[in-house]
This record gives sequence, structure tokens and C-alpha cells, in this order.
Amino acid sequence: MRAAAGARPIAPARIGAGRWLVAAGLLLVAVLAGLLAGSVPLDPVDVVRALADRLPLITVEHGLDEVQTRLLFELRMPRVVMGGLVGAVLAVAGAGYQGVFRNPLADPYLLGVAAGAGLGATAVIGTGAGPAAIPIVAFVGGMAAVGATYVLSRTVGGRTTTSLILAGVAVAAFATAIQTFLLQRSYETLREVYSWILGRLVTVGWAEVWSLLPYALLASSVLVALRRLLDVLGLGDEEAVGLGVNVTGVRRLVVVAATLATAAAVSVSGLIGFVGIIVPHIIRMLTGWSYRVIVPLSLVVGATFLIVADLGARTLVAPAELPIGVVTAFIGAPFFLLVLRTTRGSS
Amino acid sequence: MISWREVVVSFGDVVVVGPVTLTVGDGEWVGLIGPNGAGKSTLLKAAVGIVPHEGVVDLGDRKGEAGKDIAWMPQRPLLPDEMNVANYVLLGRTPHLGYLGSESGHDLDSVRNAIERLELVDLSDRPLSTLSGGEAQRAVLARALAQEAPVLLLDEPTSALDVGHQQQVMELIDQLRREDGLTVLSAIHDLTLAGQYTDRLVMMDHGVVVADGSAREVLTEERIMDHYEARVRVAESNEDGLTVTPMRRPQ
Repeated sequence: MRAAAGARPIAPARIGAGRWLVAAGLLLVAVLAGLLAGSVPLDPVDVVRALADRLPLITVEHGLDEVQTRLLFELRMPRVVMGGLVGAVLAVAGAGYQGVFRNPLADPYLLGVAAGAGLGATAVIGTGAGPAAIPIVAFVGGMAAVGATYVLSRTVGGRTTTSLILAGVAVAAFATAIQTFLLQRSYETLREVYSWILGRLVTVGWAEVWSLLPYALLASSVLVALRRLLDVLGLGDEEAVGLGVNVTGVRRLVVVAATLATAAAVSVSGLIGFVGIIVPHIIRMLTGWSYRVIVPLSLVVGATFLIVADLGARTLVAPAELPIGVVTAFIGAPFFLLVLRTTRGSS
Repeated sequence: MISWREVVVSFGDVVVVGPVTLTVGDGEWVGLIGPNGAGKSTLLKAAVGIVPHEGVVDLGDRKGEAGKDIAWMPQRPLLPDEMNVANYVLLGRTPHLGYLGSESGHDLDSVRNAIERLELVDLSDRPLSTLSGGEAQRAVLARALAQEAPVLLLDEPTSALDVGHQQQVMELIDQLRREDGLTVLSAIHDLTLAGQYTDRLVMMDHGVVVADGSAREVLTEERIMDHYEARVRVAESNEDGLTVTPMRRPQ
């Protein structure tokens, strides 16, 4: 006879309908708030009706005039969608880095990836090459940075949590120094690059959304597909090899995908820090350890988080605007210290 | 069965193991003994592909895929604190899933079976960090068992355990290999336990096999002095075999 406890089902960690509903509900609220906030008030009911009207096969009457409709669909909507996309990929990239480096502090910003990508993007802007080259050169810069960080951390201090972050800080500082040097030499692009460095979603239109979308889809699909293997990597390289996993191959693939995501996000929105550390950690605190849960939820929660942060950037000092990177750093820096404290306490 | 033929492991110019030729037959349990640094762990790791090697590791009609054909249990397994026992054991199914696959009903059955046999049912949703040393060792064994590999390589499966749990784990391995016909090679420090439970002992030192045979053949006071530099008394205990007792140097 089986004991009552024996009937307990054996099931892989999963997100579950309840969590999906909550996450999707919050995202929806954030999107609506993002669409409604601004100097021109829009009626919420009309906005919802206008959105429904855009769905295929449905016609819904709404009370927005032509100017308001254009404001909604040409200005606010791309900004909200872009915020969501950037937040989603930065968060999922952070989760990916944390998985492969087995380091809860790994983040596109702290690993120097964002700075490397920023350097690449600055070089492109400085030379006046077309905007299509930005994500590609940014990706090259990001890969060089994450590679340098990894090698540096292994040569100086083994594989401790902090040595990776310290190496990331050094690489980021170096990349930023070269970036500043490039800026000094091309004074006319200074303003453009500077506003971009602080992170912005201001001048976003649908064109930027479409340029980010393919990279975002590709990178997130890879990370979502490999989420179960990130749990296996949690056992250490040797045991993962013992379980038949090509550890080097998986690690490379995840790093490439996460760096591609970061570079694409950085190319359109500049340096927005800490999303990759805040979002996966909130999810981890609420749902537990498994990347099978953390990776997919990071996409949704990351999108929500950055839409809300952008809302803050637009409204806190209205009619002026804060750079969104300032808002995320404002929340992220204390959060980082909190995570540092808890991880150091437990190790 | 599993056999190492002329296996050599070197790091740079330094040969740490080999050449080693060693066969463990179907259903046999061989104890791998030898002083620290003898190359026992490295020999096991070479078979799973964790360290590169020259020579051949042969599994007869099996291909020798890591995970599927050989389950390896490390000396100090890394146990993610918050992961629960069921999900930990579930990771043992990784070799059968492919990179993008997810668990089928059969996978879950294998895990349930491993959990029941190692009496972890009541602990199955406990985080790994809350387990005692003995419970954790059972969880690691359950994960190896869930791999359903015919060959089991165990690196010091009892090193972290008190004498009671050491016996429990050895009994358990014996039971599992008899029920499932597993081929087992385990590195082990405790010479008495090694002699009592395994079918055959292989002693390594400086990377090569220095003795291979029954406990009575391998465990002699002179040989243990030669290779461990330890003064011991080897005594017949009863029908279970030998006891190896360390002796204090004369004052």
C-alpha cells in the first residue's frame, strides 16, 4: 500500500496557469497605463475600443478623433511595445547569463556586455554608417566584452561570484573609456550619442520596433528552448557532462543568444541597466529556483517592468522626461546590493 | 560490462593516469582503492568524458554514451540549495530527453521508481539544502539510478557519511546491482567496507593499477604500507571477510 505522501505527483517545475494569468494581467495593465499616460488625456474606454477595432475581423466604434488615433498608434503604442520588447530581452538575457555562469549577479550591464555593445554602436554612429549596421557591430562589441570578462575573471580569481562582476566592471570601464575617446574625436555626434547612452525610448517609432523584433524573437526562442539545460548546468560542468550534455556548446549558444538580445536592445534604446538582474530575481524570490520557470516568465515580467519604468521616466518630472536608464538604475542599484548581501550570506 | 584499455590521462606533459587496463564484468561490483591522488577519480571521469583520455573505454555492445550508458556519481555533488528532491532526481533523465525534449510519462515513472527504492518519497518535495548528509547521498544515488544506465561509477559514495549510513549505502548499492544486474565500479577509501561488500578490489597508486584480485589477495599489510604508508593490521573477522585496522606508531 502506498502512503499518502507517496501519491504526491512527481512533476517538473512549471509555471502553472495561475502565475501565467497574474503575469499576463500585470502586463496588460502596464500596457494600458503606458498608452494612457501623457500630456494629452485619452479616454480609457475609447482606447480599449480603438485597440479592439484594430484586431482582425472585428469592428468596434470608438470616440477617438484622427489626431488622437494617430497619437495612440503612431507615438504611444510603438513606445510601449518597444519598452516591452527591450525589457523582455534584457530580462531574459540576464536569466540566461545567470544560468550559464551559475552566478546570480550576472547581468548584461554588470558583465560589460552592454558597454561593449554601446562601444560598437558608438563607433557606428561616429562613422556615420547606416543604422542597420548598429545591431551587428553592437553584437560584436558585446561578444568581445563578455568574452573578455569571462577570461579575465578566470585568470584573476577562479570562479567566484564577485570575480566575474569585478572583471565585468573593468571591461565596462575600458569599453566606456574607448567610447569617450571616440566621442571626443567626433564632437558633432556627442549629443546624439550622449542621449542614447542614458537610455531612451523617446524617439521610438515602429521602424525601431521592427528592427529589434527579429533579434528579440531569435534570441528569446533560443533561451526559452534551452531553459531546462540551464537547470542541468546548475549541477556543475562535470555532472552536466556526466549527464551527456555538451556543456561548452550549450554555454556558447546561451551566451551568444543573450548577447545578441542585449546588443539589439542596446542599439535601439541605449544603456538600460539592472533589468537583467531585478526581473529574474523577483521571479526567483516568488517562484523558486528553476530556469524552466524563470526564463519564460522573465520575458513577460521584464516587459511589464520596463513599461512601468518608462511610465515613471515620462511622468515623474513631467513635462520634462528622465532617461529610463536613470529610473532603472534608481531601483536597480539598491536591489543589486540586496542580492549581493543575500548571495554572499548564503555562500 | 565496462573496460578501460591502455587508458592514459595527462594534463599537459604530466601523466596522471595510466596506462590502465581494467575490466569490470556484467553484474560485477569492483572496489577501486588507493591513496589520495592515485588517480581513482580521474579514471572514472575519463570513462564519462569529463577528462579527455587516450586509449579506449569499451562498453561491449553499448556505445558508451555519457549519461545513457554510464551513470557517474561525483565525490562532492553540487546540490542546488532550493531545488527539491523530485526535480533533482528528474535531472537524471537528461540523457534520455535530448536538448529540446521534455519528460514523458515513462521518464516520470523512472523517477518515481528511483525515489521509492531509495525511500525518498516523503522527502520528494523537500529542498536539497534541508537534507541530512545521508539523505542527500540517497538523493544523488536516486538521480544516478534514474538514468537507467547499465554501468554505475561511484566516486567515494560513503565518504561524507557516519558508519551507520555508510553501511546503509553499501547495502543499498549491493541490493540495486543484484536486482538490476548493474555493473558497478566504486572508488572507496574505507578498506574494510571495500573488502566486505565488493566482489573484487583494484588498487591504484601513482596512476596505475598495482594490485587486482580478491580482498584477501589485495589487502595485505605490506601492500598497504607500501602504497598508503600506513601501519595497519589485517585480520580475518568472520565469514564477511577482512577488517583493516589502523595501528598507532610505537611511541
